[in-house]
Amino acid sequence: MSVETRSTAVVIPPVEPRKLAKVPFVELADGRLQGVVSSGSDIERVYVSSIGAGTHGLSCSTNNNRPCGGLRGAYPCKHLHALLDEAEVQYGRERVARYLRLDVEDGRSLAAGLKARHEPAPAATVFSGFLRHLAYLELPGSGEPIPELHWFPSVTRVEEER
Amino acid sequence: MLSSLFAGEPDSGIGDALGLAAAVDDGLVHGFARVDEDRVAALSALAAGFGGSPLREAVAEAADKIAAGSIADDHLFALAAARIALFGAVHDALLTRADAALGRKRAEWKGEPGPAAWSGSVSAEPNRARLGGAAMAHLLAGARSWLRELAITGWRGVDDDLVSASSQAIEAALAEPELRRLAVLLDGLAAELRAGSPIATMEHLPVRRWADLWSRALLLARDGGRAQRAEQAEPVSGRLFVLGADVHEHPTAVQVQVHGVLETSGGATRLVRASVSAAKVDTIVGPAIWRLLAGHQMLLTGLAERRALDLTDMPLLAGGDLIWRDDRARPGEAADPFTTARVHLGAALAPAAPPLERHPARIAEPVFVEDLSGVPLDTRRLPACGPLTPQLLAGATACVGLLRWDDGAWTVQPLGVETTVKKKRVGVHTSDWALGPADPKLAKAAGEAVEVLRERAGRLLRK
Repeated sequence: MSVETRSTAVVIPPVEPRKLAKVPFVELADGRLQGVVSSGSDIERVYVSSIGAGTHGLSCSTNNNRPCGGLRGAYPCKHLHALLDEAEVQYGRERVARYLRLDVEDGRSLAAGLKARHEPAPAATVFSGFLRHLAYLELPGSGEPIPELHWFPSVTRVEEER
Repeated sequence: MLSSLFAGEPDSGIGDALGLAAAVDDGLVHGFARVDEDRVAALSALAAGFGGSPLREAVAEAADKIAAGSIADDHLFALAAARIALFGAVHDALLTRADAALGRKRAEWKGEPGPAAWSGSVSAEPNRARLGGAAMAHLLAGARSWLRELAITGWRGVDDDLVSASSQAIEAALAEPELRRLAVLLDGLAAELRAGSPIATMEHLPVRRWADLWSRALLLARDGGRAQRAEQAEPVSGRLFVLGADVHEHPTAVQVQVHGVLETSGGATRLVRASVSAAKVDTIVGPAIWRLLAGHQMLLTGLAERRALDLTDMPLLAGGDLIWRDDRARPGEAADPFTTARVHLGAALAPAAPPLERHPARIAEPVFVEDLSGVPLDTRRLPACGPLTPQLLAGATACVGLLRWDDGAWTVQPLGVETTVKKKRVGVHTSDWALGPADPKLAKAAGEAVEVLRERAGRLLRK
């Protein structure tokens, strides 16, 4: 069986479960690893953090666009470290490294492979993406069949290519 | 005998039908804006294949016009319809073989021939549709326009901008209960296109899969997918004996589809399905998904405690799907799924498939297998929300599952297995954790994911 001719081929590998309290949102999108990190001190505040694929441009600010005080020049702040760690749990080390085009020896943290510099990114876009993400949980459920979901089996692993 | 399916020769008619459909699949890979000689020839062959069908003129015109470089919505719709008809025929051939192998009796189709054309009027259930006819038509047009762009560009040319162009239509469709099927389908397709980016350099494209999703979406975007409507349902009362639960999931949706035997007054039995679904996000996985379905407490209790469900006036559609109203169900006496399979499965009447839903991917026939030698169990399709593992399958002595077909091969997707633990026979089922996993650590983690995100939503969304 092959991906080409299989109606129920699994295209998106299942993500690994992780604790969401610190980093409720992570995505590999728009050429960045980006996400939202909860502030450790203020429950109302969140940080929007991102790392550019290839460029490794670092960005971190609050959702109200105040720059993160911990991000200085080429050194990632604790929010960016948390983002990278959680992305590694969710997507697996290889997928994150490939997306960011990171070259790290086995056994070292992904952050060690960043050829980092400061590069402000659009926090508002990421934050509104997070709000859209949360809005899914507010949609009502249904007791009517959705036959189209037969194309989306719940799997614990992706099939081998034969 | 089931084994005749696994050992049998592939049907040559199936290969021919899939070969014709490849004209559409291949066109979608490269885009209908540029069709070379080979693709023109494939489209002509497709048109010739429909020479004796009511679709003859529409498909022939589509093939001609696309070869000449002009593409209108009707042409794309004709190609999608042709593809749906071909897969429908393959479905019928496969199901006939499966029924013969299982000795299964199947009802005749008694519902409407297909979804009523979108009339522009609001639903007969006046409180359900949020949008008026004009807004609904506008939304469907938006979805069709995105699907048209995809078809013209081809998968290989799809970039982030084209994927993002779907966001508005999907968001609006998600908010409209009438369009849930279309919204869930488009959202799943868009997520896959995004994950595949850059698709131009993807090694293996899911060619048939994406063509399946595209053609179904185009059909639903035409009429809103109103094939299964509550007002077409008949109320049924009786006892539902659960066989097992099939779980479907993509990053933003989850559906638990329960297969069971419905026994109505007089003792007649038939196969039915009950489906409950919820919107979710990608980080809610594994046992956490049951939390999202907590509004269906009677169903979840029946599943977790392995009890039959007593139904009163539950709506049942002609295709065998119950429209689940949890307040019309009560968990009743204990009913082990393996006992149900042994006692009831053989004689239960199977439902007919609604005409427009006929596709091999939808074949999911409940089966009971006591001799597992030579039976290809699908070890991939084990949902993380339940306790079934490949190790448990390896030690299984019997299995309740779904007979499925994909890419030329039959498999059995396990829903539950019987195995021996400490010399005792025990059943393990995908739905055992419907009220939460037995392991307190797993149960805590499952609860936390949903709670954290709901807390964040409560704090940030309503600012």
